[in-house]
Amino acid sequence: MPDRRRARVPYVWILPAIVVIAGAFVAVHEKLAEGVPIEITFHTADDLEPNKTKISYKAVEIGQVKDIRVSKDRKDVIVEARIHREAGDYLVQDTRFWVVRPHVTGANISGLGTLVSGAYIGVDVGHSSVPAHSFTGLEVPPIVTSGQPGREYVLHAKDIGSLSIGSAVYYRHIAAGQVVAYSLDPRGDGVTVKVFINSPYDQFVTHDTRFWQASGIDMSIDSEGVKLHTESLDSILEGGVAFQPIKGAQASPESPEDSSFVLYSDQERAMREPDTVAQTFVMYFQGSLRGLAVGAPVDLRGINIGEVKRLSVEYDRDAGMLRFPVEVDIFPQRIHGRPRTDRGAGTADDSDTGGHAMIDSMVAHGMRAELKTGSLLTGQKFVSVNVEKRVSPERVEWNADPPIFPTAEGGLDEIQDSIGSVAKKLDAVPFDQLSARLMATLTTLQDTLKSTDQVMHQVNGSIAPQVTATLKEAEDAMKNAKEALSSEAPLQSDLGSTLLELSHAARSVSALADYLERHPEALVRGKPKDPK
Amino acid sequence: MTTPTTPGVATPGVPTPATGRSLGLLVCMRCRATVRAIGVEQSLCPRCEAPLYVRRPHSFSTTAALLITAALLYIPANFLPVMRTHEIFSDDDDTILSGVISLAHQGSYPIALLVFFASIVVPLLKLVALGEILLAIARGRVRNPRQRSRLFRMVEFVGRWSMLDVFALSLLASLVQIQSLAIVQVRPGAFAFAGVVVLTMLAAQSFDERLLWDAETRG
Repeated sequence: MPDRRRARVPYVWILPAIVVIAGAFVAVHEKLAEGVPIEITFHTADDLEPNKTKISYKAVEIGQVKDIRVSKDRKDVIVEARIHREAGDYLVQDTRFWVVRPHVTGANISGLGTLVSGAYIGVDVGHSSVPAHSFTGLEVPPIVTSGQPGREYVLHAKDIGSLSIGSAVYYRHIAAGQVVAYSLDPRGDGVTVKVFINSPYDQFVTHDTRFWQASGIDMSIDSEGVKLHTESLDSILEGGVAFQPIKGAQASPESPEDSSFVLYSDQERAMREPDTVAQTFVMYFQGSLRGLAVGAPVDLRGINIGEVKRLSVEYDRDAGMLRFPVEVDIFPQRIHGRPRTDRGAGTADDSDTGGHAMIDSMVAHGMRAELKTGSLLTGQKFVSVNVEKRVSPERVEWNADPPIFPTAEGGLDEIQDSIGSVAKKLDAVPFDQLSARLMATLTTLQDTLKSTDQVMHQVNGSIAPQVTATLKEAEDAMKNAKEALSSEAPLQSDLGSTLLELSHAARSVSALADYLERHPEALVRGKPKDPK
Repeated sequence: MTTPTTPGVATPGVPTPATGRSLGLLVCMRCRATVRAIGVEQSLCPRCEAPLYVRRPHSFSTTAALLITAALLYIPANFLPVMRTHEIFSDDDDTILSGVISLAHQGSYPIALLVFFASIVVPLLKLVALGEILLAIARGRVRNPRQRSRLFRMVEFVGRWSMLDVFALSLLASLVQIQSLAIVQVRPGAFAFAGVVVLTMLAAQSFDERLLWDAETRG
């Protein structure tokens, strides 16, 4: 019995054993669950909290921030975090981390949930196979995550316009991608914009594709009226990029990832033939260059074939006078007017030599450059190339660098010239002789008037008295007539009494007729006596 | 209370108190019946049939085992969070100590003090006191048995108040369940803590206080 009881002793001692084993188990489990330690460098630890901020991949928690400290150079903060062991293989070199915060832009609101739950660290798992445990966090969330199908392209533009990261890329007004990054070129003379075109739209990006800024509202007023062109409401607010193949493009292979394109400032420019060949000419105009600006068009009967490149003043030692060279770029291919079917240096060279011959022949036919006023209101001038009929034959001086293109007077100069020529003609009129002749004519006229006067005197002396006598007689006759017709005249009163009597007689006859009608017997018996 | 008549064997004039063992008497720990020991160490109480023994069997060993377990559990009880509070804006894990600190920060000093004593000091005191007593017994020399006995009884009395934390926590966890606004969850630390409280109580119970006096008489 005592043995049995003594044997019971270890049973109670199971308890501490269990606790120790359980403790060890929990400790090992915790150690395992603690995960892989990583370090992420951020510019700021804004919104991050140790032991609270989570690390999420596709909204699934894969880790937690454990500690935040400032880097040794005090420029960054280093976030120490633990990634769950099962997500350990996400930690490769090109894995990206960023802080998800509420983000509100004109067309997009994201991360609203973080307003309540607090920020978290987002993860985009990279494709590399090199494991890493130290990362540099992105300050801006990436627009495109690595799993997304599509391709990235590089666009070069003069300026960024109103584009920003996240601006949409449109293909025929369909949102087909986004701007993912932009940077200033190292030399500072342009910007490089990276766009991501989602699959399946990326198959429409070929080397005949043109990209242009579809930002905001494009309003143009021309002979067809007012045209308002926008890509979409989003692009008005946020800016955007649009792309489309040029007209007449043949089916061509898709452009590989990271191909470079030019980002044009508008659709019209993008769709225009690319001016790969520019022929520079110098033109010397006689008149003032006021109103002519760099970039002003060179116009061939309304078609833009080039632009003004440079205006300057030069002193011509030989002639001892100032000259005003206007450098213009003319794009001979625009004169060809034939859509290019392919690109390449070979064709460009051909058209270049063709350009020489063509321009020579046109100049021989009288083609000259003129300064013309585009708008009388603003005084803007442009260079007009036109075929003039009466010009002295000239040639393009190809030897000069750049070649000198012959010019003609035009525009306001022309008007001034015509006014000048009118004045010259007026000058030529012989005003002296004219006045002498006029004097002679006037003398003759005076003589004529004098003789007329004499004639009038004769008329006065001999004819006028007779006329007076005649008139007097006429007056007498008229007086007689008047007397005869006046109311006091005897003829008049006699006629009056006669008429009165005639009237009485007529009344009597009327009374008789009346009586007879009522008493026809009176004709026989006579009028009866008054009954009185 | 019918007690079996026992002959008066007390020897007057002896300075040390007479013990049951020295007199050949056993007391039933259940019904307090005093039984004459009949040589055999274990038998049943003739009145209530509870086992009779001179000293609680393996009292020392059992108490030691329970105490060591409790001491081990005391570590996670204090270092692991006992409670998780989900609120809209935050998700907080609290250990006992952090709870005390946050109470103190909120200005509830009396409650903070109470929780600090009931939950941290008392269990520790219990562990230390019992441990010290056991060690002294193991060494066979108990220097101040009366004081130790008083300490032991005090620990036994106060010990149950440590469960206050556990009760409060279980109430909170069951009452504060407003989905998505506030949820209180029990974390593993609370189980460890409850374990400490229960185990120390059991240890105190399984300890036969008479071992103290045995040691004294032996010493």
